[in-house]
Amino acid sequence: MSDISDPHVQQDKRDFLKFALVGGTFAWLAAVIYPVLSYLKPPKQAEVVVNSVKAGKIADFANDSGSIIKFGTKPVILIRNPKGEFKAFSAVCTHLECTVQYRKDFGMIWCACHNGKYDLNGRNVSGPPPRPLDEFRVTVQGEEVSISKLS
Amino acid sequence: MKPTLKKLYAWVDERLELQDLIKFMAKKYVPVHSHSIWYYFGGVSLFLFIIQVVTGILLLMYYKGSEELAFESIQFIMSKVAFGWLIRSLHSWTANLFILTTMIHMFSVFFEKAYRKPRELTWLTGMLMLFLLLGFGFTGYLLPWNELAFFATKVGTEITGVVPIVGKPILQFMRGGDDVTGATLSRLFGFHVAVLPGIFTVLLGAHLLFVNRQGMSEPLHYAETPEKERKTMPFFPNFLLRDMLFWLIVLNVLAILAVFFPWELGTKADPFASAPAGIKPEWYFLFMFQTLKYIPAQIGFIDGEVLGVLVFGAAGFLWMMVPFWDRQSSRGERNRFINYIGLFVVMYIILFTIIGWLA
Repeated sequence: MSDISDPHVQQDKRDFLKFALVGGTFAWLAAVIYPVLSYLKPPKQAEVVVNSVKAGKIADFANDSGSIIKFGTKPVILIRNPKGEFKAFSAVCTHLECTVQYRKDFGMIWCACHNGKYDLNGRNVSGPPPRPLDEFRVTVQGEEVSISKLS
Repeated sequence: MKPTLKKLYAWVDERLELQDLIKFMAKKYVPVHSHSIWYYFGGVSLFLFIIQVVTGILLLMYYKGSEELAFESIQFIMSKVAFGWLIRSLHSWTANLFILTTMIHMFSVFFEKAYRKPRELTWLTGMLMLFLLLGFGFTGYLLPWNELAFFATKVGTEITGVVPIVGKPILQFMRGGDDVTGATLSRLFGFHVAVLPGIFTVLLGAHLLFVNRQGMSEPLHYAETPEKERKTMPFFPNFLLRDMLFWLIVLNVLAILAVFFPWELGTKADPFASAPAGIKPEWYFLFMFQTLKYIPAQIGFIDGEVLGVLVFGAAGFLWMMVPFWDRQSSRGERNRFINYIGLFVVMYIILFTIIGWLA
């Protein structure tokens, strides 16, 4: 049996206690912080995957106009140019995610938040947007206009 | 004093030794000099904070923090609840005045170099409170769930998202998901009424404790005048009464603003509507907003937005750290360089706010 008054034994004991205390504190902190951080992280919710939506009848969209169409949870802008042709793009500005609109007076897609402009092919032509708008496919079957993802 | 009151006082005094506190209060003096007026802006900010707490609690009695009900509950407050229009207008107007007075307070402290040793911690707690106030402004802005607020929150959170590495997790943390939805409203509501007030109160307590412990800062020119020529005024009651007179004036201004310029509610947010033309953030974010408009999409290899956010972040941090790099003022020497920086910042903010306002 070792002598309790032996300074080596005492030091060993102290070191062990220190280790246990510090280690225990860190383990306890981790055990508290981890669940809290995990709790704050929003859970992934199952979203219905939308590949195509019906936008409406051709007659609903005047020449030289733009309309916002619900595409799942995201807005899509459907443009009908002065010649009557359809184009569709994601309506989420590539700059800071505001929703864009069609401006007849410019003949362009415009974002009101920071004055970003896109041409009717979705290309960013002036202002802060860094990339073109994502394009969607427009199909016209009979009178029905539908929008689908470009795959 | 009436005998019963005297008895009550003696009872409390016996336990808490109020005499010491009264002696301390009686000994507090405020320096009198040509720049004394700036001393009042801290006090008036405190007054506006109290108004915010009271009106905020009153709004909580009727406000409903959800996507379906938030807008309608404020409509209800403003049209059905007795004096609801007044309480809500007061809360909105006070928020704006509060930020204005704290900015004046902060800039006056900056130009007087009152942050210099030994008041570094007072400055630091003050700056943190100012950042929290902007946080209050940002989180509170979404609560009515109107169109302007919806897009302001989208843009504001998206901006934090551009910060490298930490940006994306912070964005998700603030939005409670990838998009601005009802989940975002719940989170920002929680921040606005619980998290921020909690932290703010602790900082405010420390700030006031430091001010009382160290007394009012004396400007350099005042400290240089011979002791006999320095004028002072007792804090209690002379300074406090002047303070309260200013509070009364501000309360009147607030009442006029709230009654004659009631805060608008706008139209309910619609995630499937285009951002309205002429959309702008609140005036205190306008200079940053206007700057971001001018930054091109790409500067060299770096995104313009990222650069803008990083530069503003770095500038804010340097500003907050001024007591630690302006050693000259701490030694009691004049530092004109600080004045030039301050003037540049003030002019920049004013100029870009005006341009943003007119645009």
